Amino acid sequence: MAVCGESGDTTQFSEYIAKNVHLYKMKNDYELSPRASANFTRRMLADSLRSRERYNVNLLMAGYDEVEKKAELYYMDYLASMMELPYCAHGYGSYFVLGCLDAYYKPDMSVANGYELLKRCIAEISKRFSINLPTFSVKLIDKDGIHDQEPIHARQLVI
Amino acid sequence: MARRYDSRTTIFSPEGRLYQVEYAMEAIAHAGTCLGILAKDGIILAAEKKNTNVLLDDENFFSDKIYKLYDDMVCSVAGITSDANVLTNELRLIAQRYFLQYGEPMPCEQLVSWLCNIKQAYTQYGGKRPFGVSILYAGWDKHYGFQLYQSDPSGNYGGWKATCIGNYSNAAISLLKQDYKEEISLQEAKALVVKILSKTLDTTKLSPEKLEIASLYREKNNTKMSILKHEEVKRLIEDQERVEKEEEAQKKREAEARPST
Repeated sequence: MAVCGESGDTTQFSEYIAKNVHLYKMKNDYELSPRASANFTRRMLADSLRSRERYNVNLLMAGYDEVEKKAELYYMDYLASMMELPYCAHGYGSYFVLGCLDAYYKPDMSVANGYELLKRCIAEISKRFSINLPTFSVKLIDKDGIHDQEPIHARQLVI
Repeated sequence: MARRYDSRTTIFSPEGRLYQVEYAMEAIAHAGTCLGILAKDGIILAAEKKNTNVLLDDENFFSDKIYKLYDDMVCSVAGITSDANVLTNELRLIAQRYFLQYGEPMPCEQLVSWLCNIKQAYTQYGGKRPFGVSILYAGWDKHYGFQLYQSDPSGNYGGWKATCIGNYSNAAISLLKQDYKEEISLQEAKALVVKILSKTLDTTKLSPEKLEIASLYREKNNTKMSILKHEEVKRLIEDQERVEKEEEAQKKREAEARPST
């Protein structure tokens, strides 16, 4: 899960979700599927929205479903809307990045191609976006779990 | 001796028994029989209907023995019907709350476990009597496929390949021990259910009005429950009677063929 938004809320909310997902696994021996975890997260956001103070977090959630044998990506925002998407982005940079993704994303891309596409998007925002975002950490989620990838540094990209 | 320790659920007897819970189970031992068999391609639940009064309007009201809890699970009850109504209502709520929170159907064991925790609470605190109902649950989920569970008033539950609750359940279970084989098919399970009930129920003749048989199976990624129609139940009963007659005739022939001593 990648979170952005009000600092404090981000940590609090993401840890709350992560620990609840873990508790489910402890209680039941099997894990929550990505779809169920995403729905659960969305439900927590929706409940907090209609209460004393809402969690001001936007997030992207990625997981691999063991039963369906496919990876899934969910986009959620602070108003508790949720969508399963092939690609998505949050923040001001998303205005630039979504166009890039629309143009160059292909459903049958390999992981290496996906990483190149990420680099392209980061090159785009480092060129066009007024705020300097120098480094991006990257994680890969597949049937074997979560793997750390090489971070992307904007200054090393050809712009 | 038991008299002093059985009027409240919340106390143990000196021998370490909870009398109210045991009395609840007694109530169930007099109720209409429910039988469940786990087949490799589905589950059969059969219930003996005790309310077969001709004046009952059975066109418009649903069964009082077999209840659908949600798309992937069905249950059959034995015991006090009004208690059963409350519990099945609660089961349905629990299942929908899970679906609301997680966006996918509740796994079978979690539902059984949740309700059993509620049932257990009534044996420990609150000062209220336990529910006089035993429930057989037949369900499917993506983790473990078809499953059959049984719960009782104490809040205990177990997963079974075949089991029986209610009247004559002991006799039925011992027959099941002999006749149940692993990898039984749904069709064979239907025949087995009729065979066991015809041997254990004390009514002289089984009839479709007294018997309700439900089958749970999967079709195209969906779980379906169907209650067998009158004609099919009648045919199963007739098949069973024919088999019994042949067995009787066979026994007679063997007795005659044996040289008398």
